[in-house]
Amino acid sequence: MTTHFLGDTAVLLGRSLRHIARSPDTIITTAIMPIAFLLLFVYVFGGAIQTGSDSYVNYLLPGILIMTVASGISYTAYRLFLDIQGGIFDRFQSMPIARSSLLWAHVLTSLVANLISLVVVVGVALVMGFRTGASVLGWLAVAGVMVLFTLALTWLAVIPGLTAKSLDGASAFGYPLIFLPFVSSAFVPTESMPGPVRAFAEHQPVTAIVNGIRALFAQQPVGADIWTALAWCAGILVVGYTLAVLAYRRKIS
Amino acid sequence: MSVPATHPAHEPAIQVRGLEKSFKDLTVLRGVDIDVARGSIFALLGSNGAGKTTMVRILSTLLKADAGTARVAGFDVATQAGDVRRSISLTGQFAAVDAILTGRENLVLVARLRHLKDPGPIADDLLRRFSLAEAGGRRVATYSGGMRRRLDIAMSLIGDPPVIFLDEPTTGLDPEGRLEVWQAVRELAAGGTTVLLTTQYLEEAEQLADRIAVLHQGRIIVNGTLAELKQLLPPARVEYVEKQPTLEDVFLSVVGARTDKENR
Repeated sequence: MTTHFLGDTAVLLGRSLRHIARSPDTIITTAIMPIAFLLLFVYVFGGAIQTGSDSYVNYLLPGILIMTVASGISYTAYRLFLDIQGGIFDRFQSMPIARSSLLWAHVLTSLVANLISLVVVVGVALVMGFRTGASVLGWLAVAGVMVLFTLALTWLAVIPGLTAKSLDGASAFGYPLIFLPFVSSAFVPTESMPGPVRAFAEHQPVTAIVNGIRALFAQQPVGADIWTALAWCAGILVVGYTLAVLAYRRKIS
Repeated sequence: MSVPATHPAHEPAIQVRGLEKSFKDLTVLRGVDIDVARGSIFALLGSNGAGKTTMVRILSTLLKADAGTARVAGFDVATQAGDVRRSISLTGQFAAVDAILTGRENLVLVARLRHLKDPGPIADDLLRRFSLAEAGGRRVATYSGGMRRRLDIAMSLIGDPPVIFLDEPTTGLDPEGRLEVWQAVRELAAGGTTVLLTTQYLEEAEQLADRIAVLHQGRIIVNGTLAELKQLLPPARVEYVEKQPTLEDVFLSVVGARTDKENR
């Protein structure tokens, strides 16, 4: 039955992409909070923040991109939970299809939806004066990091989607992730933070990813940050995927 | 109580022996045996929590039994789950339809997932058979409960699976919706499909089923045809009861008269 895996995943991906096309508000609500923070920090707080860079919007955008993905992935938990609650999950599982294709369809849908949201956010940032001399290769590298980060967080989001007892529980899981950028180098340089907070900020994934993307946009050498960022993404991906598959096995046994 | 199947040469469509299932400390099934003849409608009757849904989930490969065997369409649910899934359709307790898609898209989706050649014509044909042709282009979110259930059952027919499970197909439906579903189930069985349905409504079992089994506290306590089941009880008596007007009758006649006057 694995021979059908690609075909079944494609059919189910088509289904959930149609969901997004019919409720584009999910893209907008995903983008709206990061955009609000972008506006707030660039036009209200930004003037008082010393980042050592000439343009605060350039400094801020990488963190806002992280925040966009963190707010977007909770829709995966939400949609998966609704599929389970509505019984269509059971219907699919009782059909002769490759069983993991439903999960993959949701994960790939999250990837597409988040990439659209990211494009919207970058568009707003460009209007607000975001500029980069990054080459096509540089943009592709940024996109690659964001894809890996989105996949990693989405597999994490699959877990509450499969195990939550209520819709609120399924979608509330993302909130802590949304606020992780605040305690990182996303908004202010970590040097300004008191000792323990700074230690946390400098050793959590958002800082490495933000620094890596910032360097790519600024055409500076990415250094160790990008490898730390990729290692974090790969690590979260492996842990998230493993736990999601375990939760899934428990669900269908 | 067991009666030989009508075609002893054939293996029954569903054969369950000594099925047991517990969830932690809660024992749900304590050794269930049933046989369902091919092409018949079999009703599993029981109150809430009797274990009906657990039975259906095990038979449709969504849950593993702790002990005992179950064969569906000749395949073992534990060791030949893939073959079982090719032979069955499950219509769960809640209409398992995609409310954001249209009725037609739901049918096409299932046809594609069953790897059928012409999903479009299959969908159109089923929409006609289930009187959903006009609603086919509308999103399922706009459907009534009865329409959703009909679509749900139509989705289960795609690919002509020989065995269909219906878990409480009419729970939550209004009387009209219930009649629609009953009609659909009868047509299914007339076409040779084996139907196992669970219900908590005695009338539903009485209306539809060739055989009825009562599941109580994890065991089948009675299993037979309606006629056989009726023999278990004392013969029917005729009673005369005077029908008093209900408060509703009074209310409607009083209010109706008053409103008519005020409207003028």
